[in-house]
Amino acid sequence: MKPPPFSYHDPATITEAVELLATLDNAKLLAGGQSLMAMLNMRYAQPDHVIDLNRVEGLSYIRATGDGLEIGAMTRQRDVEFSNDVRRLCPLLNEAMPLVGHRQTRNRGTFGGSLAHFDSSAEIPTVCAGLDAVLRVAGPRGEREIAFKDFPAGYLSTSMELDEVLVSVRLPAWGAGHGFGFEEFARRHGDFAIVSAAALLEAGTDGRITRASLLWAGSVPHRCALPKPRQRSWANRVRWKPSPPRRRWPAESTPMKTSMRRRPTANTWRWCCPGGPLRRRGHGSRGIRGAR
Amino acid sequence: MSEKRRVSLAVNGTAYEETIETRLTLADFLRHQLGLTGTHLGCEHGVCGACTVLVDGYSVRSCLMLAVQAGGSDITTVEGIAPSKDELHPLQEAFRDNHGLQCGFCTPGMLTTLVEFLRDNPSPTERDVREAISGNLCRCTGYQGIVDAALDAAQRLKGQDRTAGPDGGESP
Repeated sequence: MKPPPFSYHDPATITEAVELLATLDNAKLLAGGQSLMAMLNMRYAQPDHVIDLNRVEGLSYIRATGDGLEIGAMTRQRDVEFSNDVRRLCPLLNEAMPLVGHRQTRNRGTFGGSLAHFDSSAEIPTVCAGLDAVLRVAGPRGEREIAFKDFPAGYLSTSMELDEVLVSVRLPAWGAGHGFGFEEFARRHGDFAIVSAAALLEAGTDGRITRASLLWAGSVPHRCALPKPRQRSWANRVRWKPSPPRRRWPAESTPMKTSMRRRPTANTWRWCCPGGPLRRRGHGSRGIRGAR
Repeated sequence: MSEKRRVSLAVNGTAYEETIETRLTLADFLRHQLGLTGTHLGCEHGVCGACTVLVDGYSVRSCLMLAVQAGGSDITTVEGIAPSKDELHPLQEAFRDNHGLQCGFCTPGMLTTLVEFLRDNPSPTERDVREAISGNLCRCTGYQGIVDAALDAAQRLKGQDRTAGPDGGESP
């Protein structure tokens, strides 16, 4: 249970980091370390070089832009959790952050680290999927942007190239007063989610839902887009208080009881309806509660 | 042999300049190199919370951090939370009075986590406390004594703040 020997590098700039990553063999980037350090201790990961991003300047910030938020990849999860800009512009993210690990891991864990590690039960990628985040990565061929829909490549894998570093994430904000909800089922607070569900809804002046984003994550990493006509009929049927969807979810392949997945999902969808009576801040979607 | 670095940092108010193997975790550095064995190691992969220490005032799992990363930081371990050699921190007193520990293995992590938590949230509810220590495993007490101790400590710290005046509170 000790990390294997490796060479340690702590570059001061992103250019240096990219250069090291491009030239060193079997190198691994170290962000907050809340996943990689455990993997090193257990020797699941045995890199020859560890490139520590903690001393790289200019990667830790939360900035309100014209149309949303920009978050630096090395911003600590704690800073995102307590940011007023996040609360104001991306309330869904604010709601999800207390569910990311524990107080001690959020103090150290980073926003970008969670995205780059890409655990299917992690909250930050789920929120980024809902908000159609745009990720900026730097590599030896320069910088490029990846839309979130193109980001996942599989379990713990992303479409970033091996020599690329995640630099920042843009989160386009939804309209003022939009509905949101994040619910999670875990055995204890802070544990890996068995299932989590998130929703964002926007309504027009007539109360009809004009835009919706529904997600679930955990055991079933799944992105599902309804075909257009269906979306319309669903929006027409659903007004202020939609009943929980009765359809069975796709991807029923896991042996877990359906109800375990269905309950948090249905609850989240119900709570987040714009103007719905059940949307409350800090409703206590905090693990223990989900375990009823 | 793995590479080494010269690192300077402060632990419990004492400045150290040490040569550290780069792959050494902060927890092992504290225990083996500095002899501060109050920090306990349970799982060594970030689940049990026993190794929690304060890095620049924030609770961190010391098994998930390299010692070289702590260069320039100010570390507080469980040995450093009491105000003096003969005096306990109000939180430690509350643990003793409320049966907040039994075997004591999880206690260093509980204490360091709660020192930070009570600083951020001086009037917590029981639920807040349970959430704050959700990352610390205790196999003896069933947590009830620990939760009682934390709530009791919050009261004691508030009392202390009142007697000490507005500037006499815990510094971060």
